Amino acid sequence: MSTYLDISQISIDFPTKTGPFRALEKVDLKIARGEFISLIGHSGCGKSTVLNIVAGLYQATEGAVVLESKEVNQPGPDRAVVFQNHSLFPWLTVYQNVELAVKQVFKGRKSKAEIRHWVEYNLGLVQMSHASHKLPGEISGGMKQRVGIARALAMEPKVLLMDEPFGALDALTRAHLQDALMEIQAELNNTVILITHDVDEAVLLSDRIVMMTNGPAATVGEILSIDLPRPRERLTLADNVDYNHYRAAVLTFLHQKQAKSDHKASTKKPHELRLADTNKPAEVALKKATGA
Amino acid sequence: MLKQNTLHYLSVAGFRWMVPVIKLAFWENPREQGQEIVRLIALPLFAILVFLAIWSTAASKIDTSLGSFPGPGVVASAASGLYQEHLAEREKAEAFYQRQEDRNKVKLAKNPDAEVKIRDYTGKPTYFDQIFTSLITVFTGFLVASIIAIPIGIACGLSPLLNTAIAPIIQILKPVSPLAWLPLVTMVVSAVYVSDDPAFSKSFINSAITVTLYCMWPTLINTAVGVANIDKDLINVGRVIQLGWFTQVTKIAIPAALPMIFTGLRISLGIGWMVLIAAEMLAQNPGLGKFVWDEFQNGSSESLARIMVAVVTIGFIGFILDSFMHTLHKMIAHDDAGA
Ligand SMILES: Nc1ncnc2c1ncn2[C@@H]1O[C@H](COP(=O)(O)OP(=O)(O)O)[C@@H](O)[C@H]1O
Ligand SMILES: [Mg+2]
Repeated sequence: MSTYLDISQISIDFPTKTGPFRALEKVDLKIARGEFISLIGHSGCGKSTVLNIVAGLYQATEGAVVLESKEVNQPGPDRAVVFQNHSLFPWLTVYQNVELAVKQVFKGRKSKAEIRHWVEYNLGLVQMSHASHKLPGEISGGMKQRVGIARALAMEPKVLLMDEPFGALDALTRAHLQDALMEIQAELNNTVILITHDVDEAVLLSDRIVMMTNGPAATVGEILSIDLPRPRERLTLADNVDYNHYRAAVLTFLHQKQAKSDHKASTKKPHELRLADTNKPAEVALKKATGA
Repeated sequence: MLKQNTLHYLSVAGFRWMVPVIKLAFWENPREQGQEIVRLIALPLFAILVFLAIWSTAASKIDTSLGSFPGPGVVASAASGLYQEHLAEREKAEAFYQRQEDRNKVKLAKNPDAEVKIRDYTGKPTYFDQIFTSLITVFTGFLVASIIAIPIGIACGLSPLLNTAIAPIIQILKPVSPLAWLPLVTMVVSAVYVSDDPAFSKSFINSAITVTLYCMWPTLINTAVGVANIDKDLINVGRVIQLGWFTQVTKIAIPAALPMIFTGLRISLGIGWMVLIAAEMLAQNPGLGKFVWDEFQNGSSESLARIMVAVVTIGFIGFILDSFMHTLHKMIAHDDAGA
């Protein structure tokens, strides 16, 4: 596997009133071109921070992000971001939102007609052509998220970064968008980092799932390769032994982390200590499964 | 479709109470429209009647040195009196110009090379002239305030450092009553604004500056808050697509802060109007305030009624200015606040 995106030993300290707060400690991850990676972990562990460092929106205190052998530490359209809350400009129409990005990114490289064509093509990819003249306030949350994805794709990024893009959507809409994303991925074969807290989503979409330990000083806990054939169908996968096995592995990791963090937080409760202990065999099983 | 648009514009323009009337004309859900009409028209109308009744009874019980306090009826006839005076004055003015023209015609007939001139009519300003003066003054002061306050507000919102630096100055200047400024403004204007043929009268400039000094703060503060609190993600989108600093400001910061800017402008215009009346009274500058003061000094039996007309007019104009800003806000800024 040749490394396309190298997240190399990054650590970050946030300044706080009580001194620096180390959110991430030596996060290390090598990603191949066209790979779909999910980041999963408990809320507040530092997933968004990792993504923001890759995006160049935050600066790592130590370590570096290397994309195609070049260090990146500024934001740029080669690392497009899809934010959790769509972050469309409410005063621009769907079309104008995508157009603003396209015009800026392809300044001097695309003609007027090409820009229009490219905006329309990307809106078509996410099946939003019909609403291109609408304002964000006039379309549903799922549609807004589609437009946010179209805007990111329209930048032709080397890496697509998505921070819980479907987190705020209902289950059915989320399933539709996951399917749409898989179709687009089959066509464009982007390199993607997706943050999610949804285990099914992670297993369904990813080539690898990166599980992060709890903060502070969070780091990569386990990495699970998902060797399920593509295209993947959510309905047929439901009965797939491997699929369920992967799901179980991720769930076990998360529960075990949960138990450990509870244990840390309140050492007085002996029963939680036992709970953590009973998770030991699962940990071993997980390590076997992931080959770690 | 046409009806839908009309209804939409009526709501936006603050004529929501007309919506059920129009819908009723189309016989659309007549029952519901009836209830809406009761709620939006009959109820306020009833409240106004109650208010007039209370005013009327209370007025008849208050005796002042200028006679009893004017009730609604007396005030209404005073208003029509003011209107008649206005018409009479206009007629006089017209007659004055007519006379000059006639005289000039005669002169020119006798000698085609004769120099003719038209002198301006210098009659006493009517009530409507005073209203007009006040409106021009408040808009001028408000415009100048906005031109100063919006850019400073944007700069403060963008730069926490600048904001921290000038926050104390703003906090101290903001609560100063504009009437404290007035003597200073008057002195400075007389010293600085010297011209043989002034385009604006000094009193106009004094009033306008006083309005500016007081009504720039809400716009400044709201703009700064609006710009400083833009959704971080929107800024980040701008950073990802590498918008330049200037585009970032014009394409993201300003549109995003527009709802807050409009909230500030609306407050500014409202207090600007209030302050103007006071400034005109105190400085004897032309306008509605001066009208009130003159009537007060006059002390005739009609004075109180005429002052009451001014009070109602001031309130009404204030209301219209506010609706105007509200409508502008809803038409221009994309947010739910105005809804
Ligand atoms: N800008 C910041 N300043 C200070 N602390 C931050 C900042 N961003 C994140 N953190 C802290 O870093 C930790 C990780 O946050 P985050 O990456 O948002 O977690 P996640 O996305 O996994 O829920 C949290 O404890 C959070 O409080
Ligand atoms: Mg997060």
